[in-house]
Amino acid sequence: MNQGRSTFLTVMLYIGLTFLYVPMILLVIYSFNYSKLVPVWGGWSTRWYKVLFESPEVWEAVRLSLQIALVNATVATMLGTFAGLAMVRFGRFRGRTLFGGMLVAPLVMPEVITGLSLLVFFISLKELFGWPAERGFTTITIAHITFSLAYVAVIIQARLTGIGETLEEAAADLGAKPFKVMTSITLPRLAPGMLSGWLLAFTLSLDDLVIASFVTGPGANTLPILIFSRIRLGLRPDINALATIIILFVAVLVAIAAYIMFRQHKRELLDQQMALSGGD
Amino acid sequence: MVNQSSVRSLVNKPALNTDKPLLQIRNVTKKFGEFVAVNNVDLNIYAGELFCLLGGSGCGKSTLLRMLAGFETPSSGQILIDGKDMSGVPPYQRPTNMMFQNYALFPHMSVERNIAFGLEQDGIHKSEIKDRTHNMLRLVELQGYEKRRPNQLSGGQRQRVALARALVKEPKLLLLDEPLGALDKKLREHTQFELMNIQEKVGVTFVVVTHDQEEAMVLATRIAVMDKGQFIQIGSPTEIYEYPENRFVANFIGSANIFEGTILENNNNSLKIATELGEITLEQSSALGVGASVFLGVRPEKISISKDPSASTDGYTTSGVVEDIGYLGNTSRYKIRLDQGTLVDVTAQNHLRPQNRTHAFSWEEKVTLRWDASNIMLLKK
Amino acid sequence: MSDSALSPEMPSKAAGNLSLLDRLQERWKTIVIIVPFVWLLVFFLAPFFIVTKISLAELAISSPPFTAMIEWADGTIVTIRLVFDNFIYIFEDPLYAKTYINSIKIASVSTVLSLLIGYPIAYGIVRSAQVTKQLLLFAIILPFWTSFLLRVYAWMGLLADQGTINNLLISMGIIETPIRMLYTEFAVYVGIVYTYLPFMILPLYANMEKLDATLNEAAADLGSGPVNTFFKITLPLTMPGVIAGSLLVFIPATGEYVIPDLLGGGNVQMIGRQLYNEFARNVDWPVAAAVAIVLLLILVLPMAIYQYYQGKAAEGS
Repeated sequence: MNQGRSTFLTVMLYIGLTFLYVPMILLVIYSFNYSKLVPVWGGWSTRWYKVLFESPEVWEAVRLSLQIALVNATVATMLGTFAGLAMVRFGRFRGRTLFGGMLVAPLVMPEVITGLSLLVFFISLKELFGWPAERGFTTITIAHITFSLAYVAVIIQARLTGIGETLEEAAADLGAKPFKVMTSITLPRLAPGMLSGWLLAFTLSLDDLVIASFVTGPGANTLPILIFSRIRLGLRPDINALATIIILFVAVLVAIAAYIMFRQHKRELLDQQMALSGGD
Repeated sequence: MVNQSSVRSLVNKPALNTDKPLLQIRNVTKKFGEFVAVNNVDLNIYAGELFCLLGGSGCGKSTLLRMLAGFETPSSGQILIDGKDMSGVPPYQRPTNMMFQNYALFPHMSVERNIAFGLEQDGIHKSEIKDRTHNMLRLVELQGYEKRRPNQLSGGQRQRVALARALVKEPKLLLLDEPLGALDKKLREHTQFELMNIQEKVGVTFVVVTHDQEEAMVLATRIAVMDKGQFIQIGSPTEIYEYPENRFVANFIGSANIFEGTILENNNNSLKIATELGEITLEQSSALGVGASVFLGVRPEKISISKDPSASTDGYTTSGVVEDIGYLGNTSRYKIRLDQGTLVDVTAQNHLRPQNRTHAFSWEEKVTLRWDASNIMLLKK
Repeated sequence: MSDSALSPEMPSKAAGNLSLLDRLQERWKTIVIIVPFVWLLVFFLAPFFIVTKISLAELAISSPPFTAMIEWADGTIVTIRLVFDNFIYIFEDPLYAKTYINSIKIASVSTVLSLLIGYPIAYGIVRSAQVTKQLLLFAIILPFWTSFLLRVYAWMGLLADQGTINNLLISMGIIETPIRMLYTEFAVYVGIVYTYLPFMILPLYANMEKLDATLNEAAADLGSGPVNTFFKITLPLTMPGVIAGSLLVFIPATGEYVIPDLLGGGNVQMIGRQLYNEFARNVDWPVAAAVAIVLLLILVLPMAIYQYYQGKAAEGS
């Protein structure tokens, strides 16, 4: 027995990857189908892309979804980074257990529960204070920040644990005050974690259907809400076209992020090698 | 490159049966892609031996051990245990057991269950498993620790559990990968002797892989010095230390002052060699011809140092100046710059307590060095 | 926290006024804790209390469509009216009980299927060479980043009566009439396993990555064959990963709404869909809230177990 994969494991890997990717590849292929019936091949065509681009509803939904995703990702990254720092670096403080619990709960909470509770919360707020006057951009953004910040906090906590406290202690030893240590040592080293957190929050927001459906109001349709309302009645070739664009967009985004992180990792390795050979 | 004749010098183990080797390694080579980890090695190990594979990291010693256990397959060559060819025999069917470098104790099992694990695989009756596990715990002095988990034990205790777990199956061959590597220095010295005692008690043949030359010297009946996948020299600890065959072994085991030389005359059993220290005559035979270049080595502790230049003139005498002193307590190590410029290491016992609370010899002091021709080691390149 | 630094009673510092930056430096730790803490208290915890409150209210033809639980009588006396009718209604109507049980059943079966598929995949990744490992891991995570909704939609195209699979089988002559797959429980299983598989693989991978490979060698050396080694050594040591992955699939699957709606149609009853219908179609919010509370109570135990294991994993690292 050696350390490598057995045939069984290799076969399972290939089956698993096929299972994961074939449906999406078919989705993309059928977006170029001329036929109106999605699974019936009628020759190559880009007509459904044209239909898609000519639909003002789609553009409106894309604009709303992107606006929400951008605000959400930025605020959630900030709050999530704060929360991660508080959990990992600040030792004990009053309410830490409750805080930690509230940071993990959104990750595992069924979406229908989160969505329903936020909806009734917003309605109660309106009853009491007259705000938010109508549901849409604001309420969806708030809802998204609430669960996204928990995801960001997980990434930040892992990164903070990973990088350890030695450098921060060294800076403190050299006379830096805690705030200075935070801004000049901790945050720069957290940057890659914050970038992945931002990207995760951004895609989570673009992806969310259930919570947005609960907390949105009449007329405010995010992209997933629009897609869902169309596909509930069956397959639609223009949705295949939309799906293709979204998949490509996300794939490019993730590939860029992966490339940046890979390059940084490689540079770190290279620096280490140079340091080692230079030390000889 | 290496012969098996040195087995005869195992005078301290008269019971050794050298007719039938327990383990035969025949022309074994192991390649990982282009890299040759073990290069055509040949070796017999006899029942009752405590054999050490000694070498630096990456010399192929661990790969060889893993081939014996069955975790790696030789690219070519053959391994026979008790006359049986082991090729194609998986680790779980081999009459060998291994003590892993990091012990590889199962973290989710108690000490007792760890030790019993191997016996359970053989379908042995529960009561016998219990007896044998108990005996092993007694042998390694861990009674009372049966129910502990590995992470509740000290490093030394874990080491003994690993040993017990490997021994309880009564393997024909016990393979030990850096058995003492994870222990601190004091514990290691103590455990070396414990390991030897246990081996004597159970009578199992041990093959130990180590990078620690001191450990190999203390433990082994024979040592194979490895480098770049090959055996450089095989012999008893005394042979390896006092009669190294080449420069690599002389430097790897202990330290040596090495001088380059050329053979001037080679009359039967007498060599005259020109060196930077002048002409030296050795009462040794050598197959090398006149004009061949050789190395001469002298161990630092074989050189005597004194302040008195007029002492006896036996052997080679030369003089120099103390350039550096390394004080080790029981001994001191001096770096002496000889008058003709060569730097020589000398180790001297500190027999007497220096009354002035300083060194027996001090910096810049003029000293006389002296060594006997019989202490000079003739080394191949 | 450091109010005293600003209070006038303090022997005033030479400079007198502290600059904004100085004040920030004094108080930043408090701010860093308070801002996310308050956000979660307001937008995460408070809504749950309101849901609980509404579940104990009565349906009213008004906006919002429920009665207030706390009423101010005479401006001084607070009367609390608790109405357990909604819960009684849920427990007495066999439809709800059936739906809850069906949700748990579908989530459990999907979890087991994900585990059976995900475990060998995770193990295969761990056992791969370093570069391959990174690529495979990336390949597993990538679908997780793409739209969940679209991944479910992709299966509608595959499973439909005139879908890719049926078309393929018919053209190969294996079947003559399409097999009904879309809008069945089978489709729901496929959808859940497909979308939640990365949640199973990643915790398993993280756990297996820490596993010492020499333990397997040690077991083999002691006479244990590969199958025995798997059950005696590898499986017990990867249990934390199995539990974390299973819970990450089971918990959201139980409350799943999109998959039963799109792939199950009206034929598969799951509680998430029931809840959404109660809220959106019947506009019976008190009952929807009560359904949510009962679902939460069902999932509290698995969520607590997950938190416990996460805490233990964090301590271990």
